[in-house]
Amino acid sequence: MLLELNNVSKIFGPGCSRCLQETGEDSGGAICPRCSSVVAVNSVSLAVKNDEILGVVGESGSGKSTLLQLIYQDITVSSGEIYFNGLKEKSGARLNIATLSAAKISRMRSHEMSMIYQNPYLGLNFNFSAGGNIAEKIIGSGERRYDHIRERAYFYFGKIEMPASRIDDYPDAFSGGQQQRIQIAKALSSSPRLLLLDEPTTGLDVSVQARILDLIKALQHEMGFSMIVVSHDLGVINHLTDLTLVMKDGSLVEYGLTDQILEDPQHPYTQLLVSSKL
Amino acid sequence: MMTKTHKDYKLKVAGLQKSFTLHNRGGVHVRGFTGVNFSLHCGQLLALSGPSGVGKSSILKTIYRTYLPDRGSVFFQRQNGSEVDLASCPESRILDLRRREIGFVTQFLKILPRISALEGVAHPLVEIGVDEEEAKERARTMLERLGIRKELFGLSPLTFSGGEQQRINIARGIIAPKELILLDEPTASLDQRSSETVLELLAELKCRGIAMVAIFHDQRKVEQIADTCVTIERQEQ
Repeated sequence: MLLELNNVSKIFGPGCSRCLQETGEDSGGAICPRCSSVVAVNSVSLAVKNDEILGVVGESGSGKSTLLQLIYQDITVSSGEIYFNGLKEKSGARLNIATLSAAKISRMRSHEMSMIYQNPYLGLNFNFSAGGNIAEKIIGSGERRYDHIRERAYFYFGKIEMPASRIDDYPDAFSGGQQQRIQIAKALSSSPRLLLLDEPTTGLDVSVQARILDLIKALQHEMGFSMIVVSHDLGVINHLTDLTLVMKDGSLVEYGLTDQILEDPQHPYTQLLVSSKL
Repeated sequence: MMTKTHKDYKLKVAGLQKSFTLHNRGGVHVRGFTGVNFSLHCGQLLALSGPSGVGKSSILKTIYRTYLPDRGSVFFQRQNGSEVDLASCPESRILDLRRREIGFVTQFLKILPRISALEGVAHPLVEIGVDEEEAKERARTMLERLGIRKELFGLSPLTFSGGEQQRINIARGIIAPKELILLDEPTASLDQRSSETVLELLAELKCRGIAMVAIFHDQRKVEQIADTCVTIERQEQ
């Protein structure tokens, strides 16, 4: 198993002993009636195997992006365990990556896990050139020789179908769609095992969206990494993913093959979501 | 879930049942089908017949696990000799089987508008590791055999007529045939000549040991190609 989450929860606010029981899809909200904390992710368990592509859908505020941030360790879990890529403690026991130090999180991100954000300002350093951004990730993965770094940066720049002549331009000189492509090159340049995508094409026009989704799909097929794709767009989920989980009020309400979720949804909320498709 | 066996069938459907609960329509319960039983050997084509709306397509979708069954089993003999119940095995195993052993030719073409007919038909071969040029050559041969005009090869099939789209769909579904293929009305919008070609291709697949479950709208096709026919009866709601 590449990634495993056991009962992972995230509470924003003081929290109390009843937060998890009194929120979630059965309770009709993510705000604890006792302490007013927001339970963004409530006792979620899931597993992702090598090569699998998992979609996460749900309305705004359902906890989709928070779930990705917990996996990427952008934020810390309130409770639960996250196991990744067979990482072990010195004792040989499985390592809960939620307990990693900042330095070890940074190392894990440099080598094995990458994230593509909806907002390129979160994924790119706008004070570095496009090539500099990619190089930063390559250096983080342990490469030190300048000529190797430059060669790999050109390689991934080519993968995203950008002319090599633009590698020294700064991110703000690129369009929104091009910035997303540079994020993809940067994310993949460390050859990660798991790629996390948070609404990767939201806000882009449809032709740019299609090119980026095709590119992600082709690179996944070629390089064989696993992906978790968060999107509120069922078209994106249908195009990219094999498996889908549905979230509501921080809870996981349904999980299944993507075609089953779209054609034979079981949960009332999933049925509502699928019937809302344009 | 998965055990080593030496059964002589490729697929065995036992007591399969499916219904739909529409929560957003006041919890209306719609019966799909009940008590479906049949088995199928390698190299056989089994036809499902019965009036419209009786649940034939739903049975195919339930075997493929696009629909979740209410009860029953769908035993499938894998290439490695083990048996798996498609009705209850984990999703990740279904994905693996779909990649390697079970194919589905739907009634309607599902293809990206940015892909040409030739690329679309070659793609299943590329997926299993065939060199791209060779895959395209084999796709050309298949398209010519199905009577698709050469000038259409480089165009998106979404601009084609219904019959041409149907032929592209079949070509994609059988060019790299899996051991079990589910076919939903593969000849529905084809003229007589194209239908005959499709039946010839299906007969060739049978000779290669491929097992198929198919739905035909025309009973004559069933008599022509099917080894077994299972009639699905209308259920009272």
